[in-house]
Amino acid sequence: MPAQTFDDRRLVGVLAERITNVSSRDFPGHFPDEDHSWNLAKFKKNLKVQVQRLSNRSVDFDIVGVDSSIANAFRRIMLAEVPTVCIDQAYIWNNTTVIVDEVLAHRIGLVPLNIDPSKMIMRNPSDNPTDRNTMVFSIELACERNPKAPKGSTKPDELYINHELRSSHITWVPQGEQLEAFASLSPAPTNPNIVLAKLRPGQEVKMELHAVKGVAKDHAKFSPVATASYRLLPHIKITKPIPSHLAEKFQKCFSPGVIKIDPRTKAVSVDEQGVRNDSVSREVLRHPEFADSVQLSRVRDYFLFNVESEGPYEPERILPEAIKVMREKLAIIKQAAEALRDKSTSLDSDVVMADA
Amino acid sequence: MAETVEKIKLLRGSPDLSLATYQIHDESHTIGNSLRWMLMKNPKVEFCGYSAPHPSENVINVRIQMYDNLSSLDALITALGDLDTVCETIEEEYLTSLRKGKFETWEEKS
Repeated sequence: MPAQTFDDRRLVGVLAERITNVSSRDFPGHFPDEDHSWNLAKFKKNLKVQVQRLSNRSVDFDIVGVDSSIANAFRRIMLAEVPTVCIDQAYIWNNTTVIVDEVLAHRIGLVPLNIDPSKMIMRNPSDNPTDRNTMVFSIELACERNPKAPKGSTKPDELYINHELRSSHITWVPQGEQLEAFASLSPAPTNPNIVLAKLRPGQEVKMELHAVKGVAKDHAKFSPVATASYRLLPHIKITKPIPSHLAEKFQKCFSPGVIKIDPRTKAVSVDEQGVRNDSVSREVLRHPEFADSVQLSRVRDYFLFNVESEGPYEPERILPEAIKVMREKLAIIKQAAEALRDKSTSLDSDVVMADA
Repeated sequence: MAETVEKIKLLRGSPDLSLATYQIHDESHTIGNSLRWMLMKNPKVEFCGYSAPHPSENVINVRIQMYDNLSSLDALITALGDLDTVCETIEEEYLTSLRKGKFETWEEKS
């Protein structure tokens, strides 16, 4: 398959010492006699969204034909504004472990929970806790000696009972109507094996934990993702044929699978599927024999997203949730803007200006 | 304490609102940059830019200057509506691609 070709205007040049044509220029008035004003039909025609890989924990998808400001908005929202439920208050009745209260409380707060955030509402600081906005968990664990430990053993697993406080010890205490509302999936940490503290005989932990809904711009523990990032599609153009005796050296300048060599003719070509995995290391430009025969670039409006879910959302659900958050934001601003417009027309004079 | 803050404040503008700076509360580059892009797509907008004035102020300032003495507030409202259709279109395409199922699935160990 031959490498995909792109309009030169869509390419961000990657040169040995610098990058070129970084900013998008598709605005009205930039190119004479060209119409770049907003056009939904044109946008729909050029837009391509394609899921590439999906696992139980992560998703890779391409968004092609949008401006970086839109792609970046989605990335930022996925990281910081999609809500999740996390333990936010810890009431410590007893903690005789070597981990101090605030450190233990912090560690517990970071544990991802499997609670569907759409089933809960946000709790404002002034609100009282109810079964709609707060989820209660408890921890009760005491470590003791194992009377049946083999003689001479040095392994904590054999010597002691409950010598590790793990995330599986965080047990749900249903409140109000929660037992029915969360019947399908009982609230618990997504990973039961996180070690939160180590104990020795005589030490114990007893606490009550309140989980609330929140967003990661308030505290990073609320982030629904481990990572959410995008790259631009690499684009490699071979401008001069590569001599057959240099073919393998040329291939080694790129990431594995990016350059194909014809086994018979030793002609090199770019693999269209493989090129997306190139690191664009610019190694090829260090070799004087190749420097003039290849042009490296990235496609400005071709975003390769990678999102790793950590928490309640299935990976493929995170982008729709982010779009939902974005649209809610837009709706709120639009409403406020319309209110401002109504105010200015009804007063029949100019809008009262705030102090700058 | 719980004083309600206006979502949008008009900071400085000409009487006909063809030149104006709006302060949007509780927003950041997420909305600022995409809104700036959509406003710049409007041929009647002479200039549009935004800034987050200070990290400890939870606001962004959006400056809009219009040609032909048109109202920047109307342009802002149109841009917000257009951005919403952009989001809607992308979501539809994404869900279509997900429904078609033409992608690699794999099992990831945690």
